[in-house]
Amino acid sequence: MYSFKYQLAKSVADASAFVAKNSDAKLLAGGQSLIATMKLRLSQPSDLVDLGALAELRGIKVAGNTVTIGAMTRHAEVAASAEVKKAIPALASLAWSIGDRQVRNMGTIGGSVAHNDPAADYPSAVLALDATVTTNKRKIAADQFFKGMYETALEPGEIITSVSFPCPKRAAYMKFKNPASRYAIVGVFVADTGKAVRVAVTGAAPCVFRVAEMEKALSAKFAPESVASIAVPEKGLNSDLHAKADYRAHLITVMAKRAVAAAL
Amino acid sequence: MSATNFIGQSVKRKEDYRFLTGEGTYTDDVVLPRQTHACFVRSPHAHAKIRKIAKDKALKAPGVVAIFTGEDIAAAKVGGLPCGWLITDVNGAPMKEPPHPVLAQGKVRYVGDHVAVVIAESIEQARDAADLLETDYEVLPAVVNASVARAQGAPVLHDIAPDNTCYVWGIGDKAAVDKAFASAHHVTTLEFVNNRLIPNAIEPRAANAQYSRSDESYTLYVANQNPHVERLLMTAFVLGLPEHKVRVVAPDVGGGFGSKIYLYAEDVVLTWAAKQVNRPVKWTAERAESFQSDAHGRDHVTRAELALDREGRFLGMRVMTTANVGAYLSTFASCVPTILYATLLAGQYTTPLIYCEVTAVFTNTAPVDAYRGAGRPEATYVVERLVETAAREMNLEPAEIRRRNFIRQFPYQTPVALQYDTGNYEATLAEAIQAADVAGFPGRKAEAAKRGKLRGLGYACYIEACGIAPSNIAGSLGARAGLFEAGEVRVHPTGKVTVFTGSHSHGQGHETTFAQVVASRLGIAVEDVDIVHGDTGKVLFGMGTYGSRSIAVGGTAIVKALDKIVAKGRKIAAHLLEASEADIEFTDGVFRVAGTDKQAPFAQVSLAAYVPHNYPLDKLEPGLNENAFYDPTNFTFPAGSYVCEVEVDPETGSTQIVNFTAVDDFGKIINPMIVEGQVHGGLVQGIGQALTEACVYDTDSGQLVTGSMQDYCVPRADDVPSFRIGTKETPCTHNPLGVKGCGEAGAIGSPAALINALTDALGVRDLEMPATPQRVWRAANKKAA
Repeated sequence: MYSFKYQLAKSVADASAFVAKNSDAKLLAGGQSLIATMKLRLSQPSDLVDLGALAELRGIKVAGNTVTIGAMTRHAEVAASAEVKKAIPALASLAWSIGDRQVRNMGTIGGSVAHNDPAADYPSAVLALDATVTTNKRKIAADQFFKGMYETALEPGEIITSVSFPCPKRAAYMKFKNPASRYAIVGVFVADTGKAVRVAVTGAAPCVFRVAEMEKALSAKFAPESVASIAVPEKGLNSDLHAKADYRAHLITVMAKRAVAAAL
Repeated sequence: MSATNFIGQSVKRKEDYRFLTGEGTYTDDVVLPRQTHACFVRSPHAHAKIRKIAKDKALKAPGVVAIFTGEDIAAAKVGGLPCGWLITDVNGAPMKEPPHPVLAQGKVRYVGDHVAVVIAESIEQARDAADLLETDYEVLPAVVNASVARAQGAPVLHDIAPDNTCYVWGIGDKAAVDKAFASAHHVTTLEFVNNRLIPNAIEPRAANAQYSRSDESYTLYVANQNPHVERLLMTAFVLGLPEHKVRVVAPDVGGGFGSKIYLYAEDVVLTWAAKQVNRPVKWTAERAESFQSDAHGRDHVTRAELALDREGRFLGMRVMTTANVGAYLSTFASCVPTILYATLLAGQYTTPLIYCEVTAVFTNTAPVDAYRGAGRPEATYVVERLVETAAREMNLEPAEIRRRNFIRQFPYQTPVALQYDTGNYEATLAEAIQAADVAGFPGRKAEAAKRGKLRGLGYACYIEACGIAPSNIAGSLGARAGLFEAGEVRVHPTGKVTVFTGSHSHGQGHETTFAQVVASRLGIAVEDVDIVHGDTGKVLFGMGTYGSRSIAVGGTAIVKALDKIVAKGRKIAAHLLEASEADIEFTDGVFRVAGTDKQAPFAQVSLAAYVPHNYPLDKLEPGLNENAFYDPTNFTFPAGSYVCEVEVDPETGSTQIVNFTAVDDFGKIINPMIVEGQVHGGLVQGIGQALTEACVYDTDSGQLVTGSMQDYCVPRADDVPSFRIGTKETPCTHNPLGVKGCGEAGAIGSPAALINALTDALGVRDLEMPATPQRVWRAANKKAA
């Protein structure tokens, strides 16, 4: 690890102003991706601005038909939350499936969503549930948030404060894990909002994406067989040692089918 | 059972309190006064000429103490790393032994090859300075695949091996084997890869070297499995230091699996550098360095054939193997794919004729050496994949074809040099079949099919040669070292005992198992015995721990020393009890005059030895301290039968091991709990090879693709089932404890059982290891890779 300066943020505004001014500074949320890359000397931030002491960024609120999760809420807290389990069980079980116990106790929803790792779990839930990402500057709809590999709509100095999830009628997340890293080779989040069905896929491509053809078929009939014969084209999918594109494409269909079955 | 017989009892491990409470002392825990820290600069290229290394900028970095490169090493005439085993090729010529410099001399040959060492006040400063070292490379084409390396026009690693071939070695009567094949009723042929593995001991390699100017002595703390061998190789062959001035300490070591047997470049560089900077120098590998530079395991490509008669009896076996030895010969690299491999190809069977030819090839990859099982997993895979496939092709039950060919008369001379002293293969197979409920398999398969899942069952009946080895036989086969073991028993005046052993424990639990042996022999409590190992300054000598040899060879050396203790104790007791030595019996820790009530407990005799007031000083030296060296007369031959049952999800290619049954015959067992732990660990590593682990180099660039835990899949607890374990005890006939060794068995027998089960489930002839979900899915759906 290279040396860096550390500061504990006193407010979202201070943290935002500091990183906007210092382009080599980084916000530290749960640190489960950032610290690892720093340890490998792949990342050399000048400063780390730790958001860990900002109470206003933590906590889970259910109001009406919406679950709002503070950006610094740990995966383990979401997984264990009785309110989340009741309102959106698929979201709680997704949180429980992230990484390992250590990662879940440190990693945060805001950090995961802002980092937008191609194989992260949360982006699929945000996109499928049509969540809203709230920052210190604005509200961003899920469909406008994820821009590409490790790319989001966030601007310099913009900090996620919370993510709001409308409660779906039914939803489920199915993940096929990379045997080594346990990240998603393919993760499919299927949500039936009551008005529409949304299908979001993570792990398979450089960025989380929706599958319109599956959504259409499921809107007509919410059943596993509706997606069983829908194949996502291989083109544009990730292809690596663990899963070539054709295998990933196949797994999208299988995981979608199983997610629908689990949601029923 | 006697109150002081601890043989066969699951005594809790004495060392665990220390390990579980963080009180262990590993090499990285050793901090010496005026400590400096080293960072090795490694090659980022698989193959390149070093045009120039400029130190100036790096030397000016804060905290830098010194920087050394290959030029400095050459100027100081530091030798290269030796290979401990000479293989003679089929034409009688010695193997090619290219120089193995401790810091690269003008050329790098694999990603991770050692280029320079930066020594600084802190490890962070050393790393920062290492970034500033300017190294100019001329990148050369690289070759990572052994078959490609032998092809015309392939990049050449070493001038002395223009075809990249280290040796072509053979064993057996080729003409007779060819003849057997010509007249066979059936021939089964398989071609497969035995995948390259990265050991991944939980404690990375580490070393801390100290030099004392006042008496010109060195102390090297190092995570190592055989400190005396490390010292011998380093002093006699590399640095030319006086052996008595070098102390090597291998303190608590967190796993080895073979990867810490060897003398590594880092150990030599640190020891040499400690004198240059006149300060202790320490290095602990980062995980990425371990991936790149620990000696890897396996990496064979094999074509294997089995000839059978009409009844499925084996007539002959022909095996052609290409072994990738990496860029340089590691310490025992040459003997693993030959002596430790081809000699096991008889397996448990009476195959009368076997020919095996092995071509060892240099490539731009990390050196390959012994890894848990070392040659024997590769051999077992060949034999047991062939046997199972032959059974399927001839419509015989896999258990039946094995029974028809089991060796049943002992001793048995195989056609590949070994003589098995004893065994009972039918017993382990019968128990495994019962424990695995093979009879209920068709029902379980049908039930799984209803759920859309594919079930398969596979066997493996392995044999291994452990307790390596009779030194004279090893010597005649090319070993450049003896393979005895040494032990010393120091009885203190109060009857408490400290034992010094040349074996080394890096997870095996010797401090408990050996203490059980000593306590049982002397009739004292296990707590009254301490085992000391891993320090050339304390232990008289040792050849170390590998090849499941510790209890069979190291344990026997201790028993020999104990025999001397008891013999001397008998003399002392005879004097104390005023009886004839011939009338003295020793049982349960008490010397007795036969047929009388006169007796002297062990502690009374030991006290008399150290306070010799009433003592036969005219005939006997005071004190009670004995040592012994033991050189075995034969290998030991643990064997067993494994049955694996898998369930495959054909939609995803996921494999679940629903049952794994292992019935092993380790001869006499000292501590069943420790043995069970060893079997579990071995099975998991074997399952890792079969299902999850693959070391992959990029074929163009030679970069290590699986350079971290993100891509190299060491199995986790949830990848394996709860094992069904059983043991049979057919005692070894040629050591006093009747023991055979158990450390590697699980890793030897399990890959073949698993792949046999998977090929059964999928209805395919072969499946490459590791059988990852992607591979299984392709096989299940007949998709091209």
